[in-house]
Amino acid sequence: MAQFKLPKNSTIRTGKTWPKPEGATNLRKFQIYRWNPDDGENPRVDTYFVDMDSCGPMVLDALIKIKTDIDPTLTFRRSCREGICGSCAMNIDGQNTLACIFGMDEIKGDVKIYPLPHMEVVKDLIPDLTHFYAQHASIMPWLETKTNKPAKEWKQSIEDRKKLDGLYECVMCASCSTSCPSYWWNSDRYLGPAALLHAYRWIIDSRDEATGERLDELEDPFKLYRCHTIMNCAKTCPKGLNPAKAIGEIKKMMVERTL
Amino acid sequence: MRYQTDRSRVHGLGSAKTGTAHFWEQRISAIALVILTPLFVFPLAYNLGGSFDEVREAYAHPLNAIVAIAFIVTAMLHLYQGLQVVIEDYAGGRWELFLLIATRLMCSLFALTGVFAILKIAFTA
Repeated sequence: MAQFKLPKNSTIRTGKTWPKPEGATNLRKFQIYRWNPDDGENPRVDTYFVDMDSCGPMVLDALIKIKTDIDPTLTFRRSCREGICGSCAMNIDGQNTLACIFGMDEIKGDVKIYPLPHMEVVKDLIPDLTHFYAQHASIMPWLETKTNKPAKEWKQSIEDRKKLDGLYECVMCASCSTSCPSYWWNSDRYLGPAALLHAYRWIIDSRDEATGERLDELEDPFKLYRCHTIMNCAKTCPKGLNPAKAIGEIKKMMVERTL
Repeated sequence: MRYQTDRSRVHGLGSAKTGTAHFWEQRISAIALVILTPLFVFPLAYNLGGSFDEVREAYAHPLNAIVAIAFIVTAMLHLYQGLQVVIEDYAGGRWELFLLIATRLMCSLFALTGVFAILKIAFTA
């Protein structure tokens, strides 16, 4: 259900301004969302200054520098630093993206960093993705077969394999789902763009034998049809994928099997 | 605190096994309205400000009357389908139930009134 106001304990306050590094000439201002579940305080936005002459080009480089040199309590997820693990998804300069592949040269003015929108926060920039992952698991993200296993492997033609391009690259960073207003209001029942993109990835896999069952599971006013083609998902995807198109294809298949 | 697993929470009451009919009808009614709207509006605009007899004569023509009825019924069906989606998006619980029923009654009432009015004009001797 839609919620247009933040609860009282979630309204954001102005936080601490950390001292500028000494001797630095090329400073950049960072405004970062902070929330600690242990202190009972409201979230705040802290201000940091980073010496860009000794910092890498990506937003994640700056976050790591802040954590190393200025404030070790700043908390965020990161792992691969090359856009393949999907851990460092956050809202940077108003856009959901991966901090590790988002260059600071793309941002005008101060760098504003918040956790992914409309998710419960675990701490600072870390959203709780439990429900998001459970939704992914619910679409059965694996090959479902009934025929006896072949001796060697399930074969797939080059053409059929090509159908998975633009789908298999998804790293489940949750940028798309958390940019979708339909997901904000109805994520308890709407599966969201990421899970639906994965659902489509298995629906059109030529080796899969559960296409009908997969469509049956999605045939629901909320699970699938909350997508109103808003396209925020395609606009924000840091991997350049198009979940809205995948959802459109599922809807086409749904209609196709009734006609 | 509910001791419910994440998978169980996602699964909820399961798939409703419906939704495609609504989706498809909404698109069909949209296409129908693209055709019906000008066919309905032009005779209406032409007769606007005319005397009762002139209007009666125009809508006594089967084509005008049938187009007008088709437009009113399709428009109200499309209106209800659209509002239903908005209500499902933004409202929840009892509000959702109340608004869905009220909207359905309102759209049905509008459709019936429109159809009755056209028939009355068309069949007034």
